[in-house]
Amino acid sequence: MGIRTLIVMLVASLLVIAILATQPAYSLFLPQLLEGALLTAQITVLGALLAVVMGVLAALGKLYGPAPVRWLANIYIEIFRGTSALVQLFWLFFVLPQFGISLEAYTVAVLALGLNIGAYGAECARGAITSVARGQWEAATALNMTRGQMLRRIILPQAFVAMIPPWGNLFIELLKSTALVSLITLSDLAFKAQEMNQTTMKTIPIFTLVLVIYLAMSLVITIGMRYLEGRASRGLARGRTV
Amino acid sequence: MTDKPIVRFDKVSKRYGPLTVLDSLELDIFRGEKVAIIGPSGSGKTTVLRMLMTLETIDDGVIWVDGEPLTHMERNGKLVRADQAHIRKIRARIGMVFQSFNLFPHMTAMANCIEAPMTVLGMKRQDAEARAADLLDMVGLAQKKEHYPSQLSGGQQQRVAIARALAMRPKIMLFDEVTSALDPELVGEVLQVIRKLGSEHDLTMLMVTHQMGFAKEFADRICFFYQGKICEQGHPKEFFGSPKNDRTKQFLHAVLEAG
Ligand SMILES: Nc1ncnc2c1ncn2[C@@H]1O[C@H](COP(=O)(O)OP(=O)(O)OP(=O)(O)O)[C@@H](O)[C@H]1O
Ligand SMILES: [Mg+2]
Repeated sequence: MGIRTLIVMLVASLLVIAILATQPAYSLFLPQLLEGALLTAQITVLGALLAVVMGVLAALGKLYGPAPVRWLANIYIEIFRGTSALVQLFWLFFVLPQFGISLEAYTVAVLALGLNIGAYGAECARGAITSVARGQWEAATALNMTRGQMLRRIILPQAFVAMIPPWGNLFIELLKSTALVSLITLSDLAFKAQEMNQTTMKTIPIFTLVLVIYLAMSLVITIGMRYLEGRASRGLARGRTV
Repeated sequence: MTDKPIVRFDKVSKRYGPLTVLDSLELDIFRGEKVAIIGPSGSGKTTVLRMLMTLETIDDGVIWVDGEPLTHMERNGKLVRADQAHIRKIRARIGMVFQSFNLFPHMTAMANCIEAPMTVLGMKRQDAEARAADLLDMVGLAQKKEHYPSQLSGGQQQRVAIARALAMRPKIMLFDEVTSALDPELVGEVLQVIRKLGSEHDLTMLMVTHQMGFAKEFADRICFFYQGKICEQGHPKEFFGSPKNDRTKQFLHAVLEAG
């Protein structure tokens, strides 16, 4: 879908929220829902940052690390991809304290979801890094760069461009999986909705608002990633003029 | 030209599994010499350049550059396999231009040319840019400094690649069929740049080429490879004028026939 269409959709969903906010039946719930949405957004952004760092590190470790690092990277990826985010969340929140490590629910949410998405991201990153043409390494070698310089200056900048679209999908997965954090006592958007639904039974207005708010947030992610992709691929695309 | 070779292949062999690509190759190249390597497909021409650029390891023998071993280093009077630090030290004297250009697509022509001088040689941006501007001017691309590779023609890209390699001030330049990927009308502009470089007496040039006319006019020596060995070599006049080896005759006949 073109970025214009996406922006139109985002504006439309914000308009829908604004219009509904003028209706007393809806405006009643909006402040609480927005409060929940703020928490959802925070966990998504922090989780995404953690996921990027972990994903790129794990991919580099798996590709180029010495044996122990490769090993660690593999264990991380397999554990966090092979078990569900819910179990990871519960484990960090309920089991870890038994070993004397108690983390706040908010921290656990960011950690568990970030590490989970990071493990998937590591595979995207690895694919993107290995997809950079061999000639790029060879040209860098002929210019006498060190391996670190090649990675930093030549390979990773090109790999990042290839990573952006799959990462965009993962961030949306992350946004959706934040709904799980209500199970470890956090009042995110989904939690607020359920809570108010139980007390007021106003299912239609509440869940209509929730739907549009989630949609708006995921559109922000998609548009942001498209923008990044466009910026990062400057020069990589054929046939533009300066 | 002096007596001491700037590059010496000393009984160098290269194998891929059971396939021997180069068989105990002996080849000396002298300072400032322009050597053209020709031969049929699969005869090991590219492999020779790639080994010298350290893009391939070697299985036997030693490659020497400027009197120092490239593939090996001296330890307690014995030659052992070179480590990365040693390879980088010697490799600094060599530059290479590839058939497929291999420019960095995320960088402008200028950025391609200042990248290694800055990161590898530690040059200041200003100095690196001045050097790159001179080189881009020399290859006729002063107007295209801020263009990305995707905005340049093949011939222009290859000229940027030549400037990029020269920016590291190598003593030895390797060219592997640098015009093969180009449309015919773009070949001339790249050869013109190489001709210009040829007038630099200090620069040693080693080029694999199918351009017989260019080899004849440009090179000081032609090396004809056949099945991983140098089958015949000599000054272009004699080599093309009165080839001695039957394989050479066959090959020349075939390529001249093809035009
Ligand atoms: N990575 C590799 N693995 C296995 N065999 C290889 C590899 N690289 C090259 N070869 C083989 O080595 C031989 C020499 O290859 P090389 O590329 O040096 O030939 P060339 O003379 O440059 O040929 P051309 O004129 O087609 O470029 C060929 O038979 C080729 O198939
Ligand atoms: Mg070749």
